[in-house]
Amino acid sequence: MSIDAAAWDALRLSLWVACFATLIAVPLALWIAWLLARRDFPGKATLNALVHLPLVLPPVVTGYLLLVAFGRNAPLGRALDSLGLTLAFHWSGAVLAAIIMSFPLMVRAMRLAIEAVDPKLEEAAATLGAPGWAVFGRVTLPLIQPGILAGAVMGFAKAMGEFGATITFVANIPGQTQTLPSAIWAALQIPGGEGQAIAMVLMACAVAVGAVALSEALARRVARRISGA
Amino acid sequence: MSLSVDIAHTFGDFSLQVTFQAEGGITALFGRSGAGKTSVINAVAGLLRPDQGRITLSGETLFDGDTQTFLPSAKRRLGYVFQDARLFPHLSVRDNLTFGSRYAPPTAPGPSLEDVLSLLGLRDLLDRAPGRLSGGEKQRVALGRALLSKPRMLLMDEPLASLDAPRKQEILPYLERLRDGPLGLPILYVSHAVDEVARLADTLVLLGNGRVQAQGPLYEVMADPAAVPLLGVREAGAVIEAEVIQHAADGLSRLRISGGDLLLPGVQADPGARVRLRVLAQDVMLSVKRPDGLSAVNILPVKIETVHQGEGPGAAIALRAGQDRLLARVTRRAVAELQLAPGMGCFAIIKATSVAPGSIGR
Repeated sequence: MSIDAAAWDALRLSLWVACFATLIAVPLALWIAWLLARRDFPGKATLNALVHLPLVLPPVVTGYLLLVAFGRNAPLGRALDSLGLTLAFHWSGAVLAAIIMSFPLMVRAMRLAIEAVDPKLEEAAATLGAPGWAVFGRVTLPLIQPGILAGAVMGFAKAMGEFGATITFVANIPGQTQTLPSAIWAALQIPGGEGQAIAMVLMACAVAVGAVALSEALARRVARRISGA
Repeated sequence: MSLSVDIAHTFGDFSLQVTFQAEGGITALFGRSGAGKTSVINAVAGLLRPDQGRITLSGETLFDGDTQTFLPSAKRRLGYVFQDARLFPHLSVRDNLTFGSRYAPPTAPGPSLEDVLSLLGLRDLLDRAPGRLSGGEKQRVALGRALLSKPRMLLMDEPLASLDAPRKQEILPYLERLRDGPLGLPILYVSHAVDEVARLADTLVLLGNGRVQAQGPLYEVMADPAAVPLLGVREAGAVIEAEVIQHAADGLSRLRISGGDLLLPGVQADPGARVRLRVLAQDVMLSVKRPDGLSAVNILPVKIETVHQGEGPGAAIALRAGQDRLLARVTRRAVAELQLAPGMGCFAIIKATSVAPGSIGR
């Protein structure tokens, strides 16, 4: 059995989209997680609800809302279009969908990690003269590395597997917007497509196992360094 | 250098209202747990914003409730040594020590890393992780870390409270060196242990129920009969300075105070050195006549200054022996039977074994 070029394309696109989405989402999620964990401000509950919305909404609904907001005929979509950034029915839209769908998972993991850092250590850093950003950079950030890593891995996995919002927002154009899950679904629609589907399922499994193994190895290294032992 | 604190703060049904000054040397803030000590020191450090009042350090306003001035912790340049060390677990001892160095003004006076390593005996610990330090070592690193941030003043919140007795003895000499050494750094020292305070402090502020109950030079406050209930009847007692004269072959050492000589065991200091003696009030007996045929060897002629009748069966008697002040605790019945009254001369009998080696130092 030979694997179609389309399957490799889908794998490549999925990896690309998931990496890109993770890279963009991690700093953003970290910031939101820190706000939610350490700051009090009006609208905090609303922000929290908004971040978690994609977790409870059906993914198709999220995809449709993205289409309504960023479609070529929507004001926001038109504005971005004139700047040369097309999202709907474009791979960059798949990145946006992946970011939004993986965001709640990332924020959750990072928020828990930040909340686990003893604020007394941050106080101690402040009494030593460290300004707020330095307290975060030199105390909080190193101590929450495992949480950031866990959030990133979960977000990456979610981005790799994202299907409903992606297919609704950017459709399923082979070679352009067809991610691995979309390609598996498409292969299963064609009589005799099971072979290709199984090949792609194995690809998805390999990526998942690889990501988990990598994150475990990294987590062990980080934990050794920050355990203070 | 002078720290001036005048603050009021309410949490729940506890109200704190504290006014005191701290000049050079070690100012001890003493009180039982719940007296509000930690709140006061946190307010000085900028970790607690009081409801109202003022805190100034050498004329600079750290906090002013009227003008809504609140200098953040990071800008106060006060080194804080916490009870629980609070070392950064992800950094080596070396990186913990130098954490604050980069934030101090380059021209600020302060010790070098070398100075701190030898002062605190940290050289062999530099590459260790905080998780592999003993409690005493952690506290020494925390102290070094605070010193290397070149603070204008050190704040210490029960730095010895989490340590066992041998570890305490390990740290105390370092604190004494800090007090008497060339750094001359003023220290605000929070404690609920009378022995630590007696050994270290120059000035004493007694805190109770969120209020300052007494304050002044250590020798005066410790000898004040009114302070007995605040310090606890078993812990109260005068602190006096003595000069070591000589060590005898039988283990006793002759020490001179202004009112006479005392023979005490377990004195480590060399002849000529000045040491602090803590004489517990309950270890001082009074006799109207010079006693004869007693096993106690230390008998000083004293003059009664005040007689302070407490609520219980005891009375605290303030005594003067030469320039020094002593405190004796006797029963009210003894006061009546011996007709003890201010101005009366009598003899104080001090049990030679009553001065623990740990309470001698300078």
